[in-house]
Amino acid sequence: MTETVRTVDEVVVASEDDTAVEPRTPRSWWRLVVLLIGALVFVFPFYYMIVGSLQKQSNTSLSGVLPQSSNITLHNYGEINAALSLGRALINSGIFTGGVLLATLVFGVLAGYALAQLHFRGRGLLFVMMLLLLMVPFQLLIIPLYVLIVRNYGLGNSYLGMIAPFAINSTAVFIFRQYFLQLPKELFDAARIDGANELRILTRIALPLVRPALLTAMLLTFIGPWNEYLWPFLITKQQSMQPLAVALANYMNTVQSTVSNPFGTILAGAFVLAVPAVVLFLAFQRYFVAPNIGSAVKG
Amino acid sequence: MKLEAELPLSTRESRVTRLARAVLGRQPIGLAFGAPYALFIAVLFAYPLGLAVWVSFHRYFFTAPGVSVARPFVGLANYKAVLSDPAVLRSFLNILIFLVINVPLTVGLSLLLATALNAAIPFRAFFRACFYVPYVTASVAMVAVWLFMFSSGGVVNSVLGPLAPVPSWLVNQNWAMPSIAIYVTWKQLGFFILLYLAALQNVPKELYEAASMDGASWWHRLRSVTIPGVRTVTTLITLLAIIVGANLFTEPYLLTAGGGPNGKSASPVLLMYQTGIEQNHPDFASALGIILVIGVLLIVGVQRLLQRNQT
Repeated sequence: MTETVRTVDEVVVASEDDTAVEPRTPRSWWRLVVLLIGALVFVFPFYYMIVGSLQKQSNTSLSGVLPQSSNITLHNYGEINAALSLGRALINSGIFTGGVLLATLVFGVLAGYALAQLHFRGRGLLFVMMLLLLMVPFQLLIIPLYVLIVRNYGLGNSYLGMIAPFAINSTAVFIFRQYFLQLPKELFDAARIDGANELRILTRIALPLVRPALLTAMLLTFIGPWNEYLWPFLITKQQSMQPLAVALANYMNTVQSTVSNPFGTILAGAFVLAVPAVVLFLAFQRYFVAPNIGSAVKG
Repeated sequence: MKLEAELPLSTRESRVTRLARAVLGRQPIGLAFGAPYALFIAVLFAYPLGLAVWVSFHRYFFTAPGVSVARPFVGLANYKAVLSDPAVLRSFLNILIFLVINVPLTVGLSLLLATALNAAIPFRAFFRACFYVPYVTASVAMVAVWLFMFSSGGVVNSVLGPLAPVPSWLVNQNWAMPSIAIYVTWKQLGFFILLYLAALQNVPKELYEAASMDGASWWHRLRSVTIPGVRTVTTLITLLAIIVGANLFTEPYLLTAGGGPNGKSASPVLLMYQTGIEQNHPDFASALGIILVIGVLLIVGVQRLLQRNQT
């Protein structure tokens, strides 16, 4: 394990401005060509999703790539809302995601701080367990988790059962630990000699210094439950409890025929599911930059 | 510890406090801070892992609530059943196909795009955002678009015309798994571009300057400066690709309609769901899960060992 040691200043500067290192060369036109082709490939499906969701009649031919004024409607959004009760599904997604974010923010920060700056018995064991948790894919434990949460504890169709396996995001704990490690030890020793207790040191000194990391970790944590499909799909059989990703996938598997434009209806749902995550990341994109993520995984 | 004993403050502390410190560590409050996370790991990771091992060695099936049945110990029977099941072996082969396509594509394309991004170019932030947008979007939403684009009369086949495969991509025996591999590459590429970008920015500029002065071609610079400089990210990508492969569920379940056609795109986790929960053989599914856990840990362990020897 090689840990990246970077001072706080450097990290903050890097997150605000990660501009180029290589000098501009006259031959940089190839970069633009490559990037433009790349951007087209990455953005086209989003564009096509929006166009498709607005079509009165599904048009999969080449002419359908451009929106045609005669074929535009918002009807598909009404259809998907009627089929899934979008509001309800969005609330379920919100509670699921909010629960995970809250638990990660409170307990994850505490654990990350303890792992980085406090000496206590069992710290090594906790760290090793965290690494194990990061390596073993959660999906491989779905059978015992299903047995425990749905069968033994009767938490099927409940928010608690949905949130529990994701409650504290270990990647976030890892990021918190990495950033707390980078803070100078003397800072904490000085505060301790002044008689501040650890909780006060954490909330008043350490947390304000790692605010960019906090946002990065929260962004990464957000996309986990918001986009998760398998687990909520397993434990929510009532539609009224299903997050949007699950409700939409069920609709994709069963629907068709009942609506005039099944693809358009599905794409309208896909758009509603995609928008919150995309908007959030675009709004906070300066916190989702290479140096922050890089130091999180280099450990 | 020594240093602290010299401080006047600690001399006034009772022996009990000092004993507690010796047993619990210098800052026992750390136990309280770490406790919720430790509890989370114990209840939702360690215990389920243990339960999976237990279930995999017994005959186990779901019953109506309150009904108790015998769950006899069956030794390695479940593991034997898993390893001799042609569907399971096929799913392992599918993951291999997935890796053979996904890893080189991911490494090549993300390195190319990261290199292109690593300069003062106009609209840099815009490009970067374009690349990671698929990564942050729900797979369910993206799968919907791909189903639309790659259906038999879809826009991709319209462009390809007579070159389009018959039957179409996602229902074609030979194309189903490669389609999933390409989809996952596309979806995750943005994240790896960011990682490569971070690594590239850490490669000392002097190395490039020295190489240019020696008259090295771009190919030479790539081979002797860039690729060694980003090696950690490359191994990480390989590792994460293996973990993603071991994890695939949403894509084969939704994109290729349950691992079709004929299980040609079934993944191990999809089989765990189908056998364990749909067909009520959680013992079989647990054994499959444990085999995958061991496999992933072995690969991670070997990789760590190799990395340690390199440095």
